[in-house]
Amino acid sequence: MRYLPKSPADRATMLHEIGVAAIDDLFATVPAEYRLGHDLNIPRQLGESEIIDYFKHAAALNATGYSSFLGAGAYRHYRPVIIDSLVQRGEFLTSYTPYQAEITQGTLQAIFEFQTMICELTGMDIANASMYDGSTGAAEAVMMAVRITGRDGVIVARSVHPEYREVMQTYAQHQGHSAGEIGFGEDGRVDLAALDAAVTEQTACVLVQSPNFFGIVEDIPAIAEIAHKKGALLVVSIAEAVSLGIVRPPVEADIVSLEAQSFGVALSYGGPYCGVIAAKEKYVRQMPGRLVGETKDKQGRRGFVLTLSTREQHIRREKATSNICTNQALVALMTTIFLTVYGKEGIRELALQNLAKANYAAETLGGTAETRLLFKRTPRFHEFVLETEESVESVSSRLLEKKIIGGLPLAKWYPELGNASLWCATELTTREQIDQVASVLANSPVAATSRA
Amino acid sequence: MASASEVQQEEIRATKKPFVGNTRKVTAHLTQNESLTFEKSSPGKKAYKLPPLDVPEVDAAAVLGGAVREDAGYLPELSEIEIIRHFTRLSTWNYAIDLGMYPLGSCTMKYNPRVNELVSRLEGIAEAHPYQPEHLSQGALQIIRTLQDCLIEITGMDTITLQPAAGAHGEFTGILLTRAYHQSKGNARKTVLVPDSAHGTNPATAAVVGYKVQNIKSNALGMVDVGALENLVTEDVAALMLTNPSTIGVFESEIHKIADILHAKGALLYMDGANMNALVGKTRPGDFGVDVMHLNLHKTFSTPHGGGGPGSGPVACKAILEPFLPTPVVVEKADGSLSFNYDRPQSVGRVRMFYGNFGMFVRALAYILANGPDGLRQTTEDAVLNANYIRKKLEDVYELPYKTPTLHEVVFSDRRQTQRGVKTGDIAKRLIDYGFHPYTTAFPLIVPGALMIEPTESESKEELDLFIDAMRQVAQEAEENPEVILSAPHSTRISRLDETAAARNPVLRWKPPVGASREE
Repeated sequence: MRYLPKSPADRATMLHEIGVAAIDDLFATVPAEYRLGHDLNIPRQLGESEIIDYFKHAAALNATGYSSFLGAGAYRHYRPVIIDSLVQRGEFLTSYTPYQAEITQGTLQAIFEFQTMICELTGMDIANASMYDGSTGAAEAVMMAVRITGRDGVIVARSVHPEYREVMQTYAQHQGHSAGEIGFGEDGRVDLAALDAAVTEQTACVLVQSPNFFGIVEDIPAIAEIAHKKGALLVVSIAEAVSLGIVRPPVEADIVSLEAQSFGVALSYGGPYCGVIAAKEKYVRQMPGRLVGETKDKQGRRGFVLTLSTREQHIRREKATSNICTNQALVALMTTIFLTVYGKEGIRELALQNLAKANYAAETLGGTAETRLLFKRTPRFHEFVLETEESVESVSSRLLEKKIIGGLPLAKWYPELGNASLWCATELTTREQIDQVASVLANSPVAATSRA
Repeated sequence: MASASEVQQEEIRATKKPFVGNTRKVTAHLTQNESLTFEKSSPGKKAYKLPPLDVPEVDAAAVLGGAVREDAGYLPELSEIEIIRHFTRLSTWNYAIDLGMYPLGSCTMKYNPRVNELVSRLEGIAEAHPYQPEHLSQGALQIIRTLQDCLIEITGMDTITLQPAAGAHGEFTGILLTRAYHQSKGNARKTVLVPDSAHGTNPATAAVVGYKVQNIKSNALGMVDVGALENLVTEDVAALMLTNPSTIGVFESEIHKIADILHAKGALLYMDGANMNALVGKTRPGDFGVDVMHLNLHKTFSTPHGGGGPGSGPVACKAILEPFLPTPVVVEKADGSLSFNYDRPQSVGRVRMFYGNFGMFVRALAYILANGPDGLRQTTEDAVLNANYIRKKLEDVYELPYKTPTLHEVVFSDRRQTQRGVKTGDIAKRLIDYGFHPYTTAFPLIVPGALMIEPTESESKEELDLFIDAMRQVAQEAEENPEVILSAPHSTRISRLDETAAARNPVLRWKPPVGASREE
């Protein structure tokens, strides 16, 4: 009980001062029949060294020492060391939501910087202080579009991350939205003709992802034109934020939902990550989540406060724009530090390296007799879809023998793509690793059979 | 010419008033001024160095065509030492648990153990990709499974999902389960009942899931009026969302009657578990009639709140709701290995991509392992002891609107102080001068001018005595010199901020100076 700062004598004194004989007297309002009469059946108290051993053992049961080509919404980028050292300062780590502005200016100014950086990167006017993650952010962005337009039709591209679409469906089902899906063409992009036919006067918004789930950059201006022609909004979801260093931001969008995990946030088996919604200024009153604004104190000095809280549930209750309350502030701080480290030049150089690595990987892996690069001629960032003669399962297990985690099988979500898998290369992927995969692919048993 | 920050420093010196009152905890200290990163930036500075590219360079314009970005936008350019100083200086402008008592009621700001941070950063944990093969994820799956087992035991429920990312997200998931359950019986029902003492997220959640919200009034004890409830529960009611102990810290003694009334009409009892720090190891919601509840790992189980998040809001429920849990769920295979099961035809779907805020699971489990059954019970007892000690030591100077015995928090009202023109928000600001983070102000709504104090178990008797001393001095100041409270805080680097102006004319981002070129 090393976390508890009271001695037995302190407890006795305090009970005496309160005027009760025993601690259980303070629980008298809990009816006797519901009081737990025994110890909880959970592991005994462990010493600190035992706790560390426990988690080291668990960590060893996970993959370590593998090279990995997985992306698909969770990206492996280098995380500068100062991020962890700064966010572990207790004043950031152990602070709460900055309700008392005078003693939380640190958190507030950092969020203001975060909001500014997100606006610069996405080309939007405003950004909030973060959402849970990219998937819930996209769902909230769609709900925001429904509120703004007063329409209930939602059109979602099938090339949006399948788990994002599932989350959106969960959110949408009780909001009275009707959600329809639009497929992708031979080039891996949203089928514009089908989209044009689907958007109607009832469409609240079109949701696309760019780069999309296949790593392909969508034709945002063309999609925006189709949506706007019928008065619908365009919501663009961005799962790979580093792309913004070299890919044109979706300035034609009305709302952008970004997952900022790539900016210095550990993969951590899927969370915590950092969603954020950015939008055109005129939609600020429909924005879910917290916003930090600049203001002045009584002496005219600059300071920051949480603002526009009349949108939020502690004031509006059942009429609030959303039920989101806790956000991902510490993770947003990590991304702010990451962006400060890389800065204007670095984010571009980083994105260029990703582009080059993926280009080399796509050409090397997609250029063999047994493999085919899908959506070959369409602009993509650092992910690509590889089709193999051999089943993805068989390729994967041969790669795992060499301590390589290969691409993600796509058949689960896209059965029509057959033996296709999604590959990702980042600045951490080395040429040697890519060449090693190529040599494993070249020794395909399928190839051996077809050659025979 | 003096820089903007020098001018600001001079202004601070000029307006600094000597501290009035006797604070034993803090003295005024210097904090350094710091501009925005954008204002400190200058072209060509770098804090990064990428390794040389080991593959052929590409022409971005050729690869991306019209999708290439030409304008990189305004991001700051600084060196590493400047960045370290920038964020370190900002950090010193924050109050934090590591600096002292943070008695925000309902938020459970307890100590965040550092070993939790260490284990969450072990390579096999921090670098685990959510789509890596299951046989290479057994460690992560075991952590999930063990935490689930512990939380099921602590709550007395039958099953759990860890997927929700925060408390309100857990509420959303719990009400989705409720809705799916009723729908499976052929009628989703229309209404969710919410006491007027509830967190604002409760009614917002019910509305997001498509329910009509019916607020119910608390009785004179600050509890659910069982008689009134009986009249309100019809076969159109899906659930009651109840915080227990309530937001005034009172345990709903008639909880089983409440559950029986709901169950008799087929409705469910949802418990907002925000206040579980008052119950762990002493009593279990599953034993007193709760059907579904969420937990806040960032409150009860010590995962750090980081200035507003991340959180984690697991939802525990009874077996009747199990078929509806979000996908995927963790299952044990015949060979004893763990796996995700996605084949769940009655599931409400998915509430978040991947599996939830896994990094928070690691921290919460580390906390549970550090405490064990005896430590968790002692933690609860200390939290309740601390709150009752404060209550006893302050009830003669602050109005106690509900005399009902309370558990882990105590809610006073500002009724006596308002007679001198001093409100709860003013007292809160004055408390800052004494070296404390304020309590929760103006909530719950059932207490006009509420002062909601939750010390948690993390406070020593010494810190509690300092807090009590500060609160008593402020009460005295309200009698003798209300002006010193109304103009507080006096010791902070900035004084009270103009929140009205911030909302009327929102400035939500920094803008480059007019005429500045984006491309340097």
